[in-house]
Amino acid sequence: MQLNEAFRSREVTAPLVAEISRGLRQPVRIMEVCGTHTMAIFRHGIRSLLPEQMTLLSGPGCPVCVTPAGYIDALLAAARLPRVVLATFGDLIRVPGSEEASLATARSAGARVEIVYSPMDALALAQREPECTVVFAAVGFETTAPTIAATLVQARRLGVDNFLIIAAIKTMPAALDALMDDPDLPVDGLLCPGHVSAVIGSGAYRPLVEKHQLACAVAGFEPADILTGLLSLIRQIQSGRPRVTNCYTRAVSEEGNVRARMLMEEVFTPADSEWRGLGMIPASGLVLRTEYQDFDGLRQLGIALQATREPGGCRCGQVLKGCLLPPDCPLYGARCTPLRPVGPCMVSSEGACAAFFRYSGEKKSRKGGGETYEA
Amino acid sequence: MKADSIISLDHGSGGLASQNLISDLFLKYLTSPQLRDLEDCAVLGEYAGRLAFSTDSFVVDPLFFPGGDIGELAVHGTINDLAMRGARPIALSLALIIEEGFPLADLERIIASVARCCEAAGVAVVTGDTKVVPRGKADGMFINTSGIGIVSHRLDVSVKMAVPGDTVLLSGTLADHGITIMSRQAGIDLDGDIFSDTQPLHRLVGALLESDACRVHVLRDPTRGGVATALCEIARASKVDITIEEERLPIMAPVATACELIGLDPLYLANEGKCLIVCAREAAEDLLQLLRQVPEGRGAARIGRISGPGAGQVTLTTRIGGSRLLEPLTGQSLPRIC
Repeated sequence: MQLNEAFRSREVTAPLVAEISRGLRQPVRIMEVCGTHTMAIFRHGIRSLLPEQMTLLSGPGCPVCVTPAGYIDALLAAARLPRVVLATFGDLIRVPGSEEASLATARSAGARVEIVYSPMDALALAQREPECTVVFAAVGFETTAPTIAATLVQARRLGVDNFLIIAAIKTMPAALDALMDDPDLPVDGLLCPGHVSAVIGSGAYRPLVEKHQLACAVAGFEPADILTGLLSLIRQIQSGRPRVTNCYTRAVSEEGNVRARMLMEEVFTPADSEWRGLGMIPASGLVLRTEYQDFDGLRQLGIALQATREPGGCRCGQVLKGCLLPPDCPLYGARCTPLRPVGPCMVSSEGACAAFFRYSGEKKSRKGGGETYEA
Repeated sequence: MKADSIISLDHGSGGLASQNLISDLFLKYLTSPQLRDLEDCAVLGEYAGRLAFSTDSFVVDPLFFPGGDIGELAVHGTINDLAMRGARPIALSLALIIEEGFPLADLERIIASVARCCEAAGVAVVTGDTKVVPRGKADGMFINTSGIGIVSHRLDVSVKMAVPGDTVLLSGTLADHGITIMSRQAGIDLDGDIFSDTQPLHRLVGALLESDACRVHVLRDPTRGGVATALCEIARASKVDITIEEERLPIMAPVATACELIGLDPLYLANEGKCLIVCAREAAEDLLQLLRQVPEGRGAARIGRISGPGAGQVTLTTRIGGSRLLEPLTGQSLPRIC
């Protein structure tokens, strides 16, 4: 039997669903912060089991979704240089930059773009092809940052001098704090991301609880994990005593993974960072420390990061903030579909719009965009 | 590497080197009389029934993988496409596009596979072609096979024939081929627990149609796009809605684990030796028992039903009792797999 079987069995989940339905006495709005949660909620059909009074909003926890178009433009500029191999996670490859071009279209036009499954694979590629410069698109949250840091430490140790990164690494707590400052965003509770929390620890959400009176539950990604997290949140909300509960103790501790954080801190330092849809948020990103700046692809290749505007009509920003559900965007299902995405939330496999489009019955904008979806 | 151990442009020139390759390698393994005569085309015998005709190209990377190779896929793929309309395969063509520098030993291994699979399936390669392209213009080797089959019954087994009330069967475990290739491409070593399911299905289909032909409505092999996409195709073509149950889907434990690891949904991964069968509900139990007696259908399961007339919606009832829609695969950046 697989380890996760028990977390998916109806014997375990049915009582949780019943308890949520029985216990819920008021309308609640809960944000699932993490894109992997969004996907898991759809994949297991959890929405279809929840009472109507519970609204689930998708948050900013999809790394591809919150990456600004200007960053994609910088990757494209790098990929088009001679003797450069752009190594990226598969998710990023179809995200359009500011002028509709994506890494996929650049690849079709002759640029070398390689999909890798970890930053270490990109480093191995650089070692195999010493005549090329391998540039890794370093996107992610606290979950991927330690492995990127470890890769750079390794590259330095091995003396690999044809390996660079273009970094857009973001950190969660500051972004959540900024988001919760928005008075137009009525959220009663946060389903906190399991993987990120494994690194930063459940204690990292305590300031949010104190400042915003927000219920927080750290949860894993199996149906029983998610339902347990939701149940904990409605109990906190209805009792009026918000706190942080850790419903994912098999992976997350109060203090998190100290070693991973030390590795991150050795290589990166906090900096202000632009989040797509949320704008510039102080100290919400990581940039290379001075000692590691010879790995900085932008500096080494002479590429400037440009500020860009969002595509016309795209409401990914409001979707990422939980202010809008995907079908409320006028482009949804009309100009913007998984096959021809306009905004990042439709591109990423963890994006809220892609999840809605793929798994829910709604294939058209509620705003009546006038165009229909062609299969 | 020695010059005589690799394919050169000369091998595709049509001159002496081509002829030597044909006589020393191809004809050594592929022994049908029609091929041996090296005529411009094969003239087949007379057969009673309607003709079925299909073609498929194979560009798999890697060429050799646990459970099979590109040669096996090329034979089974076309046989299975014929079988899905209830046709018995009688002849195949084999066309190769080979990159300059390709190892002769690998070519021999692949042609031997083709021959072995043809013999096991009782079908012959009766015509062929080889082209060699300069280094860098192809990825090792591409294969195209076309096949002719005979439909000896009067039934119309087609993707359009599903009707409300029908039962949906799957002839065995899903995602075996897709995950084998994807995990190889991802460089993940899965300890030899995972194999491609490449196998011919014409015998399994023959057994089904012989037993209860008129109650088998649809046959579909869920190759690229997987079971989910094949079900969507059936639902749309037949104008019906389909409901399947997650807990009834047959999947091998190592395949399920690998899918979790790489983050893939097994419903969207390719199969190369399985078929979906939509049949009349009252025949389902008998057909299921029959399938399980055929080696190719040992792992068969009842996975769902045609829930009503409709616009082609496919719904999955999840293990925890929730429901979600299954969409056809959209152009995701999956590595190529078949």
